[in-house]
Amino acid sequence: MNLIELRDIRKTFFLGEVVLPVLKGISLNIAKGEMVALTGASGSGKSTLMNTLGCLDRPSSGDYMLDGLEVSRLSNDARALMRNRKMGFVFQNFNLLARATAQAQVMMPLLYSRSHISTKVAKERAQAMLMRVGLANRMDHHPSQLSGGQQQRVALARALINHPPFLLADEPTGNLDSQTTREVLALFKELNEQDGITILLVTHDPKVAASCKRVIRMADGLIEADQITSDCQP
Amino acid sequence: MKALGILIASLTALRRNVMRSGLTTLGIVIGVGAVIAMMEIGNGSSSAIQKTIATMGANTLMIFPGAAASGGVSFGAGTTMTLTPADSDAILNECPSVRATAPVIRTRNAPIIFGNKNWVPNEIIGTTPDFLNVREWPIAEGAAFEDRDVRNASRVCLIGQSLARELFAGQSPVGQEVRLQNVALRIVGVLKKKGASMMGQDQDDILVAPWTTIKFRISGGTTANVSAVATAAGTSTVTARGQLYPGSAQGIYPARSAIQTKNSPMPVRMITVDQIRVSATSAAETQNAITEITTLLHERHHLAEGEDDDFSIRDLAEIAKALSSTTVMMTNLLLVVAMISLIVGGVGIMNIMLVSVTERTREIGLRMAVGARGSDILLQFLTESVMLCLAGGAMGILLGRGTSYLVSKILHWPTLPSLGAIIASVVVSASVGIIFGYYPAWKASRLDPIEALRYE
Repeated sequence: MNLIELRDIRKTFFLGEVVLPVLKGISLNIAKGEMVALTGASGSGKSTLMNTLGCLDRPSSGDYMLDGLEVSRLSNDARALMRNRKMGFVFQNFNLLARATAQAQVMMPLLYSRSHISTKVAKERAQAMLMRVGLANRMDHHPSQLSGGQQQRVALARALINHPPFLLADEPTGNLDSQTTREVLALFKELNEQDGITILLVTHDPKVAASCKRVIRMADGLIEADQITSDCQP
Repeated sequence: MKALGILIASLTALRRNVMRSGLTTLGIVIGVGAVIAMMEIGNGSSSAIQKTIATMGANTLMIFPGAAASGGVSFGAGTTMTLTPADSDAILNECPSVRATAPVIRTRNAPIIFGNKNWVPNEIIGTTPDFLNVREWPIAEGAAFEDRDVRNASRVCLIGQSLARELFAGQSPVGQEVRLQNVALRIVGVLKKKGASMMGQDQDDILVAPWTTIKFRISGGTTANVSAVATAAGTSTVTARGQLYPGSAQGIYPARSAIQTKNSPMPVRMITVDQIRVSATSAAETQNAITEITTLLHERHHLAEGEDDDFSIRDLAEIAKALSSTTVMMTNLLLVVAMISLIVGGVGIMNIMLVSVTERTREIGLRMAVGARGSDILLQFLTESVMLCLAGGAMGILLGRGTSYLVSKILHWPTLPSLGAIIASVVVSASVGIIFGYYPAWKASRLDPIEALRYE
């Protein structure tokens, strides 16, 4: 079953007089439990595609079915709910709150989930999630007290606190050295294989892309290549 | 979780820059502090004035006889004698808004003599014991004279503190006899200190005696008067007065025989008083009391419909109102100044909140990416500015109270803590937070998450 179905997604920006087509008709299916790398040169439209997939932006035309729901024409608030429930984001620069503890960072998305969760339950869930990413002894640390890899794990725990089926990672290893890159990628793989979370990795790095079974390469607003490799690197 | 979460998020954000938050609230602190201090000082002086008026009898009315007119010439208030002690009793009995009444007779100021000392008091007043009730004037020593003394025109009196000091210099005046125009009056009590009146008159420089004593023994009357009071009061004790003071009863005409008296009886003069003091049940009731008294006296004096009053009623509450209205105006003026400083403070809040929104664009983008709606962001920033303002308000209340405390301690101005001002400041500072925090919060809520996340 497909988690994501894109049908002829187009996105055009209007910069004053200039009409700038960024996505020129993208159709794409991603099944549940897949781990996909999205690569492409700068300006190929992969960021725009990611924003569309992440419900941060609406396509100009086309259909986007997420988990069986048409989301391309939802209101801002409904898309906010989608982001909260259906997906988690991991960013290149981690985007952690400077003054909050790891536990508070992880609890933050629960604040915006429309269901009532008591502070106690929220704390327990955050602790469990931090334990899951291997930071059981870093609960009360601030980002400045954590290494890059640890910060990205906190971000990962934050992305997963609502148990979303879909994880979007925008250059998650862009700011990490090769050792921590391997560790974080291993964690991604583990989450993909053990918890069945569908992961989309946006990356420049061919090595990172190679760790995924499926690699989609974009060029000039279109999908240039969509290959499935069986011999992926850990 | 949600309300608490937003509160914690706002607190965290404010704690991030304590210095800046503190400086931002300074405008509100000063504004609220000014409001509180002004209100307390204003209230204090207003109540001090009211207290001064209260010592004069805040709800006191004074009824004076009307003006005499002859050939188109009006002679001014008090030139006819139309008020009687019976009017005084009738007012007390028939007007529900009246608490107490007392007829007052004044006499020419004359020296009071005790031993080798003498002193001319400010006022020599003849009245009933109810006078003390009307004026709310307690006795410091001894006791007041009684209704019996009024009926008997007893030679007793009460004296004020100043008079006591001048004549007795330390020793107790109670039981001593003073002389007033050759009449010996026994002092039965000393009044409590009342201080100066609003006009600066020493109210304690006073002698109070039964009005019958003043009218018939001291002001100098005729036997006719005495017999009149005897008839009025139904006693005959004072008819012997002529024997006590033979000089004053000596007429230029030879004594009339019984037949002469029968043939041409001396007219029984109506016994009049100089004024009637009335105390209304409360200051608010004075207007009702005036209406009731006017109606009653119209009836009693047989005045036709539309005829001019033969009396006039003066109302101290009018003076009180005039004085406190100036205080109210001053307080309002200062409030306007304080409001302006609150607005200036609010603009400061808005300024800093705008800076904060710009600084935290990425945080806003992140919150939106994890599912915050525009309204959640709006609420968070609004909470921040309201908390900033409330904290400022709380500090302002302390500052204001401190200021008014210092003012009362150092400058000895009267101040009065005002709960209303404190509640108003809390409400106003929260409103300032909402009004001036709304635009930055709205701006934050309208950010595009993609742009916000990419913001450097």
